[in-house]
Amino acid sequence: MLARFAVLAPAAAGAAAFVIPDHRVRRGLLMLTALAHLIITLLAFTTHSRPLFDGALNLDEPGRIFLLITSVLFAPAAFYTAGYLKREMRGTRPDMVEGRLFSNSPEARFTGCMLLFLAAMSFVCMAHNLGLLWVGVEATTLASAPLIYFHRHHRSLEATWKYLLLCSVGIALALFGTYMLALAGGGEVSLNLAALMAVGPNLDPVLLKAAFVFLLVGYGTKMGLAPMHTWLPDVYSESPSVVALLSTCLLNVSFLAILRVRQVLCSAGQAQFGNDLLVFLGLTSMAWAAVFLLRQTDYKRLLAYSSVEHMGILAFGAGIGGAGMHGSLMHLLAHGVAKGAMFLLAGNILAAYLTKNVSGVRGLVRALPFSGPLWVAGILALTGMPPFGAFVSELTIVRAALAGERFILAGIFLLLLAVAFIGITTAGLRMAQGQPGKGLAGADAQSAGGDRPWVESPSAFLPPLFLILAALLLGLYYPAPLAEVTTAAARITGGF
Amino acid sequence: MLSLVEFILVGLVLTNLVLLGTSRIGLCIRMVAFQGVGLAFLPLLGHGELALSSLAISAATALLKGWAFPTLLFRSLESAHVRAEVEPYVGYSNSLLFGVAALAVSVWLGGRMPLPGPGVPQLLTPVAFFTILVGLFGIVTRRKAVSQVVGYLVLENGIFAFGAVALRKAQLLVEMGILLDVFVAVFVMGIAIFRINREFDHIDADRLASLKE
Repeated sequence: MLARFAVLAPAAAGAAAFVIPDHRVRRGLLMLTALAHLIITLLAFTTHSRPLFDGALNLDEPGRIFLLITSVLFAPAAFYTAGYLKREMRGTRPDMVEGRLFSNSPEARFTGCMLLFLAAMSFVCMAHNLGLLWVGVEATTLASAPLIYFHRHHRSLEATWKYLLLCSVGIALALFGTYMLALAGGGEVSLNLAALMAVGPNLDPVLLKAAFVFLLVGYGTKMGLAPMHTWLPDVYSESPSVVALLSTCLLNVSFLAILRVRQVLCSAGQAQFGNDLLVFLGLTSMAWAAVFLLRQTDYKRLLAYSSVEHMGILAFGAGIGGAGMHGSLMHLLAHGVAKGAMFLLAGNILAAYLTKNVSGVRGLVRALPFSGPLWVAGILALTGMPPFGAFVSELTIVRAALAGERFILAGIFLLLLAVAFIGITTAGLRMAQGQPGKGLAGADAQSAGGDRPWVESPSAFLPPLFLILAALLLGLYYPAPLAEVTTAAARITGGF
Repeated sequence: MLSLVEFILVGLVLTNLVLLGTSRIGLCIRMVAFQGVGLAFLPLLGHGELALSSLAISAATALLKGWAFPTLLFRSLESAHVRAEVEPYVGYSNSLLFGVAALAVSVWLGGRMPLPGPGVPQLLTPVAFFTILVGLFGIVTRRKAVSQVVGYLVLENGIFAFGAVALRKAQLLVEMGILLDVFVAVFVMGIAIFRINREFDHIDADRLASLKE
């Protein structure tokens, strides 16, 4: 199986990154690995894959979709990181929020953990054994925790602790659910997906349902579904923008974990139970996020709550089933690239304006000639405006709901989308318009006779540009091989 | 007459009650280690013949839960100069009352769950539920970061007990992966505690409260 190198290559590079002393070599290795990962993913995308370890690892269609979005997001993130690490100031410096002194954690650790994180996520995409799936998801938590604590100040430490504890507890509950699933098979079945699905109708229904609830809560915590999402805004606002982007991949692969479990549920003929729960959690997340999106004053938290909202959309689409599942997978790609671009742009804005407050940022389009217009495009892509990909996917989900004659659910879904739209555009477009005021770091620094103003380097605006173009492409033209795999993936995960 | 598995499960319940009622963090860590060593026997029991894989899992469990975790936790305890949990959100006598109530709920809930297959003791589900509840309670009500990690380990122990008895067709790869993950989790949490200590000169996790809406 070619795809195994998608795990092995980043794992090896990650281990190497810890010991390479030279910054430039290490950054080069990061970019090279990201590129290699993307190439492996694209090659493996259409080739037939052979199962490893008695079918415990296999790259099927849903895995391919999730591996693709992970890789497509990681490549620009790696390029952005190389530039970001070069621009980051060294040594101890005052923190922009409170003025307390802090320093960065070693760059080698940051790069190494990033690569290990990629390896863990790729592993989740291939895991066909629910035990190994759990191992992979927990590994993503552990590899990403040091990334959040890159800027060593007390707020990021708080976010890291919250993340570690909440996600570990959540995932521990998922492990309990996994064991319960094994018990539902009388304790004599292995945790391999194929084995569990083969005995599906013989699984004990009560234990199976209980197992699904535990697994949904556990992996739902990692996916950021409300009300288990509380770690997410803190982590997104306190970690570097690149980490926030990578967290988007993390939410995605947790969604894959939930879909894997639902495959077992479907094979046992209990699909309806799982679907109802997914729709309920999906709408709860969307409603919760909508409340916090209106009047949000911190733009990184704004993006975080938007992630909660979009995870809700994914869960809702999966719960509707049928074409809704198809829409959900399309939305996975469309949201992934749009959100990725927005996080990188938020990083640029933060570097230029030195504030995370929406009210502190004005005249973005004029102040940052590349990031500004891209930010506006990103807002439109994120809120599901045509011609971006999210429009098509959200429309597919609504049509699936209407075709299933679930009019009330479709109505609530549209209403919540509208509220989120108002919240995001009010804050986001306000930042884009107007005259760049005194807030701009460059202006301030110049008046103080300090550093030169922050200029956008290609490594800062090319990665988000690439991602916005991908979001646009998904709306205008859906490549045939991708459509084929998406359809097959929807059939496998939707269980029809 | 209690079988050995049931004996270990009863031991789990008793140590849980000790954990709820004590303020000494050192004692808590020892209790969790004690639980871990007891749990390490579970993969060996009830299988008929001894398989090499269960032996490996058992040894790894004993080593990690009985030695590595306590060592790590005692080290972070020393670096932070704490001995006792101070003013938990819920007092010790109330914690014990919670323990009794949780035990009753677990027995009731466990009784309602079907027990598939022979050889799975009746006690298993209630004890697992109870241990998980005690672990969650510890994480929520204790202030010190070390105590919260102890709570996480108790939760993990409850799940391990359930898995070791319920999942008889264990795969070495999966079990080892799970153990490795838990080990790294505790390791990373240990580093985080060290950092919290350096940053704040204390390890009260409740002072980590500046991030809110």
